[in-house]
Amino acid sequence: MSSLTLHDVRFVEPEATRNYITQDYGALSWLFTKDHKRIAILYLISITALFILGGFFAVVMRIELLTPEGDLLTSDTYNKFFTLHGIIMIFFFLIPSIPAVLGNFLLPLMLGAKDLAFPKINLLSWYLYIIAAVMGLYIIITGGVDTGWTFYTPFSTQFSNTHVFGVTFAAFIVGFSSILTGLNFLVTIHRMRAPGLTWFRLPLFVWAMYATSIVQLLATPVLAITLVMLMFERVVHVGIFDPALGGDPLLFQHMFWFYSHPAVYIMILPAMGVASEVVAAFTRKKIFGYQFVAYSSLAIAFLGFLVWAHHMFVAGISVYSAMIFSFLSYFVAVPSAIKVFNWTATLYRASVSLMTPMLYILGFIGLFTIGGVTGLFLAAIGLDVHVTDTYFVVAHFHYVMVGGAVMAYMAGLHYWWPKITGRMYPEWWARLAALLVFAGFNLTFFPQFVLGYLGMPRRYHAYAPEFQVLNVMSTAGASVLAVGYALPLCYLLWSLWYGRPAGPNPWGAVGLEWTTASPPPMENFHETPVVTWDAYDYPAMMKAMGETQNV
Amino acid sequence: MMLSDFPLWPEQASTVAPGVDALMTFMCIVCGGVSVLTFFVIFILAIKYRRTSENQLAQDYEPPKALEAAWIIIPFLIFMFMFVWGSWLYFRIQRVPENAIDIYATGKQWMWKFQHASGQREINTLHVPVGRPIRITMASEDVIHSLFFPAFRVKSDVLPNRYKTMWFQATKTGRFHIFCAEYCGTQHSGMIGWVEVMEPVDYQKWLAGGAEGSLASQGEKLFQKYACNTCHTNDATGRGPVLLGLYGTTVTLSNNATVTADENYIRESILNPQAKIVKGFAPVMPTFQGQVSEDDLLKLVSYVHSLGTQKTAVVPVETPSSKDTSAGSPLKPGAGIPPQKDKGATP
Ligand code: HEC
Ligand code: HEM
Ligand SMILES: [Cu+2]
Ligand SMILES: [Cu+2]
Repeated sequence: MSSLTLHDVRFVEPEATRNYITQDYGALSWLFTKDHKRIAILYLISITALFILGGFFAVVMRIELLTPEGDLLTSDTYNKFFTLHGIIMIFFFLIPSIPAVLGNFLLPLMLGAKDLAFPKINLLSWYLYIIAAVMGLYIIITGGVDTGWTFYTPFSTQFSNTHVFGVTFAAFIVGFSSILTGLNFLVTIHRMRAPGLTWFRLPLFVWAMYATSIVQLLATPVLAITLVMLMFERVVHVGIFDPALGGDPLLFQHMFWFYSHPAVYIMILPAMGVASEVVAAFTRKKIFGYQFVAYSSLAIAFLGFLVWAHHMFVAGISVYSAMIFSFLSYFVAVPSAIKVFNWTATLYRASVSLMTPMLYILGFIGLFTIGGVTGLFLAAIGLDVHVTDTYFVVAHFHYVMVGGAVMAYMAGLHYWWPKITGRMYPEWWARLAALLVFAGFNLTFFPQFVLGYLGMPRRYHAYAPEFQVLNVMSTAGASVLAVGYALPLCYLLWSLWYGRPAGPNPWGAVGLEWTTASPPPMENFHETPVVTWDAYDYPAMMKAMGETQNV
Repeated sequence: MMLSDFPLWPEQASTVAPGVDALMTFMCIVCGGVSVLTFFVIFILAIKYRRTSENQLAQDYEPPKALEAAWIIIPFLIFMFMFVWGSWLYFRIQRVPENAIDIYATGKQWMWKFQHASGQREINTLHVPVGRPIRITMASEDVIHSLFFPAFRVKSDVLPNRYKTMWFQATKTGRFHIFCAEYCGTQHSGMIGWVEVMEPVDYQKWLAGGAEGSLASQGEKLFQKYACNTCHTNDATGRGPVLLGLYGTTVTLSNNATVTADENYIRESILNPQAKIVKGFAPVMPTFQGQVSEDDLLKLVSYVHSLGTQKTAVVPVETPSSKDTSAGSPLKPGAGIPPQKDKGATP
């Protein structure tokens, strides 16, 4: 027993000669694969490409905003750029990011399963994603769209003369990709857990994916219906949103936010799941209040459906409905607060290691906290009247979505990279990148809170001269951020060839995914694992594994 | 670079602005404080319990479960405090004072049109007296816009299908930004202007210059032009109801429901008369949707409004009691008369 270290903790198995990567070669073996790990890689490549494209639009916008005058782009181009940036980052990058890449790869591994419940549907959802992405690219090349990612009527139905129909259709399709992924995960989590893996032994990442899947399954159809109504209205002009025909443009906002508020939880819940995994692994400790953290995911998923009109406090809702939605928005913030405090408490008397994934997660906790508390500012309705539709909101949602969700995605990518590829990334470069991202991020977005309070409205191509200093700071930050994101792209690719082989469990972490080879064999486990320990129970798992090894 | 080129806090120029800033300050202190405290704890713990050897496990220790309850209940109570304060402020921002001066605004791609009750019109500039509550009634001719006065801390979306109102009371003279805050197409960022806050005497002078007759009197002409008067006579002989004294009263509809005759109701009665039929009348009024422009509609509405209230639609501006104004330097006579390009109004 004394010779057994954490890194040896694994099921005994013959050295895998073939893994999911080397199983088959050739493009077709990838394009027609039903293996969840390969599909995860397909997603990884596609969303990375779209992230680069979305990032390109962002950088050009930030350069434009260096000066108060609109001098680099025309107004129409600027409007198209922020629209495309938003649509790509939300629908084509952030929503699929953690679920479709990390979730796809890890869920069966964490559950001790061979694959997801519906491997073909899994492949189908990637194809839907690709079809939608190709449509999107085609539209960008042929002129783009300028409605904002929110597609507000009547601008989108009667006034914009860009490709609104095509883009909403693409968003409609990518929605189905998201629905199918959610459905697949739900069934998998219910039906395919390894023997002994009861609900309260599940890693918190699985709980988070479970809550996310519920939201994907229930909310996305509403988006689909809304977009169909929009397309219908635009093409045959039936009058659903047109006041001249008795319709109501605000109806669109209600329907849109009924999806899009829960959608922000599709983005942040998985991030919280990653945070729990990484915190547990790099403190070698069970997450404090495991059950509270698990249930808070479900609470967020449920309450998230009840706060949509907090995006409409000045749009024309009554004073009393505004109060109700304000109250409920505060309510939904409670479970998020619980998580932050529980992660913090986990550090107490732990064994803390500050490797790259943990650095990203500490960054995540900090930035998500700032994003969350500024949500409290926005939920205070008297204050929201002033800051809504300004850069304050832009800063708020970038803190949660980029500072929160993207940081966690980067953390997860680094944490599971050795499992996915079998190689270690270069630690020092990675730490440098994590620090650059953190610094660049704050420099980019913190000034925007001030800008917003000063009154600079969002979606402005040109702005009043007194806002320039803060805008220049923001653009400077964006360039640091860009370097921070470009570095991982380089060193992760580099590590595919030159990285140190990782071995099955480089972090000495517990969790079924670390008990199999890196990269895992096609069937994940040679024998179905039997689970006799709780999640993150280091002593119990070492003991259980030690016994298996001594057999 | 001058400090004024790099402000961190917007100018405070309305009665609600200090209230909004107070809540903002409170939020910054509480949220900032809790966040910084959390970061500090994380930092200390991460350093103190750093892993020293490769195989070191965590200590076998669970913090007390009561902590969990503490950080559910305490944040919740703090949140409720924020909720109450925010709602209270919202009520203040929404409730229009009785004696407010009416101004009408129309948003259209990409300009703001303002009409004073006395008939003065202006584009992308709004002249208002200091120290008087101003109520703006507004609608859009096309897409949704949002009328935003950062110095007054108020904004409101402007919708194409109904009137919305907002109000403010300026507390200092000067020139402040007007922005459009809801994305509305190509020139969204160009849909901006200035609000010129002036001493009431100057405002009065400004109003006197070049009006084409009050809004209501222009509306009266339109009332004849569109032949409304053929049905709506001043006695009960016409086919339509008498509109004298209508505004502000409660109207009983054919389905026995009741509505208050406000701007939105009058607007709807003109654009979509079939939607709400007055009890005892046949649904014979034709729709004027598409025939009456948003400007004309405003005039009609303000005419019907003026029929209904004792006070005329002429703005009752008196000489200010000096406590209303924070401005130290009264304007030179005539300085307020448009076009006023320089910043002479800023104290
Ligand atoms: C053909 C006759 C006719 C004409 C022309 C007409 N109306 Fe009417 N109007 C009616 C009738 C009948 C009603 C009551 C039934 C209803 O509510 O639709 C009415 C109702 C109204 C009401 C609601 C009155 C109430 O007591 O609640 C308003 C306001 C109004 N009309 C304004 C106008 C204006 C302004 C015009 C001109 C642009 C106009 N009407 C032209 C017949 C007419
Ligand atoms: C901690 C709880 C949160 C609260 C109380 C909260 C509150 C709010 C409120 C009130 C608004 C509306 C602001 C306005 O338009 O005036 C808003 C906007 C927004 N929030 Fe949050 N929020 C929270 C968490 C999140 C999370 C987790 C995300 C994303 C992962 C998110 C993403 C967004 C986005 C995208 C918008 C702006 C959408 C747009 O108008 O384009 N928020 N938030
Ligand atoms: Cu929301
Ligand atoms: Cu606008």
